[in-house]
Amino acid sequence: MTQPFPFSAIVGQDDMKLAMTLTAIDPGIGGVLVFGDRGTGKSTAVRGLAALLPPITAVAGCPVNSATLTDVPDWAQVTHTELIEKPTPVIDLPLGATEDRVVGALDIEKALTQGLKAFEPGLLARANRGYLYIDEVNLLEDHLVDLLLDVAQSGQNVVEREGLSIRHAARFVLVGSGNPEEGELRPQLLDRFGLSVEVTSPKDIDTRVEVIRRRDSFDRDSATFMTTWHDADMALRDKIVSARAALPHVEADDAVLHDCARLCVALGSDGLRGELTLLRAARALAAFDGAPVVTRDQLRRVAPSALRHRLRRDPLDDAGSTTRVIRTLEEVLA
Amino acid sequence: MTDPDARWTRVSLAIACLALDPAALGGMWLRARVGPVRDRVMDGIETALLGHSLRRLHTNIADDALFGGIDLSATLATGQLTRTRGILRDPAVLILPMAERASAALAARLAGALDRPTGLALIALDEGAEADETLPTALAERLAIHIDLTDQPLSCAPELDMDRDALAAARDLLPRVTVSDNALCEMTKVAHRLGISSLRAPLQALAVARACAALAGETEVDEPDLVTAVELVLVPRATQVPESEAPEQTEPDLPDPDDTSAEDDTDPDEQPEFLPQEILLEAAKAMIPPDLLARLEAGRATRNAPSATGSGAAKKGNRRGRPMPSRPGKLDGQSRVDLVATLRAAAPWQPIRRAATGQHDRLHIRMSDIRVKQFQETSDRAIIFVVDASGSAALARLAEAKGAVELLLSQAYARRDHVALISFRGDQAEVLLPPTRSLVQTKRRLSGLPGGGGTPLAAGLKCALELAELTRGKGMTPSIALLTDGRANVDLSGAANRATAAADATLMARALRARGTPGLVIDMGNRPTRSLSDLAAQMGMPYLPLPRADSKALSAAVDTSLDGA
Repeated sequence: MTQPFPFSAIVGQDDMKLAMTLTAIDPGIGGVLVFGDRGTGKSTAVRGLAALLPPITAVAGCPVNSATLTDVPDWAQVTHTELIEKPTPVIDLPLGATEDRVVGALDIEKALTQGLKAFEPGLLARANRGYLYIDEVNLLEDHLVDLLLDVAQSGQNVVEREGLSIRHAARFVLVGSGNPEEGELRPQLLDRFGLSVEVTSPKDIDTRVEVIRRRDSFDRDSATFMTTWHDADMALRDKIVSARAALPHVEADDAVLHDCARLCVALGSDGLRGELTLLRAARALAAFDGAPVVTRDQLRRVAPSALRHRLRRDPLDDAGSTTRVIRTLEEVLA
Repeated sequence: MTDPDARWTRVSLAIACLALDPAALGGMWLRARVGPVRDRVMDGIETALLGHSLRRLHTNIADDALFGGIDLSATLATGQLTRTRGILRDPAVLILPMAERASAALAARLAGALDRPTGLALIALDEGAEADETLPTALAERLAIHIDLTDQPLSCAPELDMDRDALAAARDLLPRVTVSDNALCEMTKVAHRLGISSLRAPLQALAVARACAALAGETEVDEPDLVTAVELVLVPRATQVPESEAPEQTEPDLPDPDDTSAEDDTDPDEQPEFLPQEILLEAAKAMIPPDLLARLEAGRATRNAPSATGSGAAKKGNRRGRPMPSRPGKLDGQSRVDLVATLRAAAPWQPIRRAATGQHDRLHIRMSDIRVKQFQETSDRAIIFVVDASGSAALARLAEAKGAVELLLSQAYARRDHVALISFRGDQAEVLLPPTRSLVQTKRRLSGLPGGGGTPLAAGLKCALELAELTRGKGMTPSIALLTDGRANVDLSGAANRATAAADATLMARALRARGTPGLVIDMGNRPTRSLSDLAAQMGMPYLPLPRADSKALSAAVDTSLDGA
């Protein structure tokens, strides 16, 4: 059973599913940060989404999944020329992974056995054009998180070490998850994630029972279960693919830009990243809805995810950031 | 609590369930100190799991052992690339002794491996002595069966008799065991009412129930199986005692008009199957320990403390920091090889090795030549505030001291220092906040700090000393800031005696000095006290009367003293 749990069979957690779908439509939105309890299907969703996305075409044997032969980096010494289809990569970054493993390093085995100076690509290379999933991102060492976000934003991994000077494309969607009770993330890092969602275990008995029922039938007979959900998954895939095609044609007029700016000013979010992400996410949502222009309705739906982690934290305000965003949303877009 | 005999029966049953399908259950969390009781359990496990490969791990296991890597000695000796196969690649039952010492990183790797369909299971042997030494939550969550044998007497732990033929028969039966949708609903509801928010628990409970049914030779999970599953899986995870009110809403939609004809005659027998939720809850309630709340507190404390700090940065890392001379080492996937130093170490030997091997065209590098890079890392600083909240101090200037601490806190936050808070009053000291970076929590605890009672200075110092050692063990550098008026009048035993109180305080001060913990003493009395400045000298810490002016001046003073330390 190498098949992951189907994305559309995940019960509830609509916020999380929507945020992930939006990044699949426009990877430029930036990463998704999922904060919440254990056992709420965070990793299931990432794996499910990647399995649902259309396969990517890549040069066979290329360590960075290059789409065309001209994109293949020189150092990779790829001898194949044919293009193959492979599933969208989802790379797990385990806690405690060393910098070498992440960015890549001198290939010690080649250096020792053949005397060659070769580059051994790291996790970032493998995640190119796919997803990089970090569970418990809040426990990751700060210098690694800095590095990851830097690469995620620039889309390029630059390695300057041990006499190597190498750069390769590393465009991936960063998905971080964690439990805020176990440690917080620095505000500078929070800001770099495009969207953030909060997930909680469903409180409603019927939903919980449904989750268990589906998971149980998946575990017992995954083939039948996959067939049942195949159509729903494919429908979602088609929707994402057509949204990707429609994305460049979605218009956002000045009124919407004004709304974005007013929202961010009212919330006092730092910098302009808030506005930009909000607009991109709203545009992706409009494409997903099949709408030709971005409207307030889309803004309203993505604003909490796009802005809730960008607020100045007020230690004395116990009401969550989500409530503040929603309250401001009501006032500004009234 | 339940009696030891019943508990032992459950242990036996749990092992049998685990033996049927280790991978489906994820494994077992066995909390017991090393001793004959645990040995018997392990014997039972080994007998029951004969045929599965049992692999023993240790908590400092390197990545190349887990995931596979280059077998360097073989590679260098033959000149051919030789790889080792990692432990996590093949189906196996892993045994992790001293699991309470597993780092967050190891826990994450194992948890990831358990999530993959490789067929791995883990038996975590938790030897924690204190309530806050436990298995990392990421692992505990994935192991279905939790068993605590901390106070199991040996007399109630006879040797476990595992009938291997019966197990084999049950294993054949297992794939055919079915669970009714009702049982599934009930299990979910029970888990919810026991306050278990994770949805992994009910799934694991169902897997256990299935195994129980197979052991009983049945193809349908029935009520006793569910009860056992609740006892083994859900009860240890319970976070609340279920209320006894019984919502009857599940009943009306159950008798399906279409099916009644077929089921009418069997209805009396089926009845209990429809209502097991209450029975399951009863079983659960009988087993929930009375000190549930206390345990929860302990569990929460650990979740906050060690994980938030990472597993404690080693002082001499090999990943970041100021470079130090490289030293002999081996490739373990973690450390970085210093190629130049390695070649330099190998160079003088080349003529001899070439002569010895007869191969003249290649570089001869042996394991002993490998040099790894080392970096000196400055560890995080932890400031332990020890605040006197006794009546005399409260009368004097507790509020001012609080203000000063708050200022220091905001600076500590900016510098990413860890902060801990201890207060002492009445006849004891308590840790209000274990080392944390959370400014909000510290502020909240501090503002809620009540005053009044005697001054158990010695107890406060003792508590500070223990906490300092603990943080040092986690790789941080502790320093202590003691705020008191120095009028010690309660000794270590809690008795109000001025003379012994002072003697005890001196004793603790010497102990602190012996450990070399830096810090400073702030006198918050109305005028400087001679005895307190003597005490500060005993501890080798600077003494500072709380300045009259404002808390800003104090924080500046503290800052310079601590930075100098």
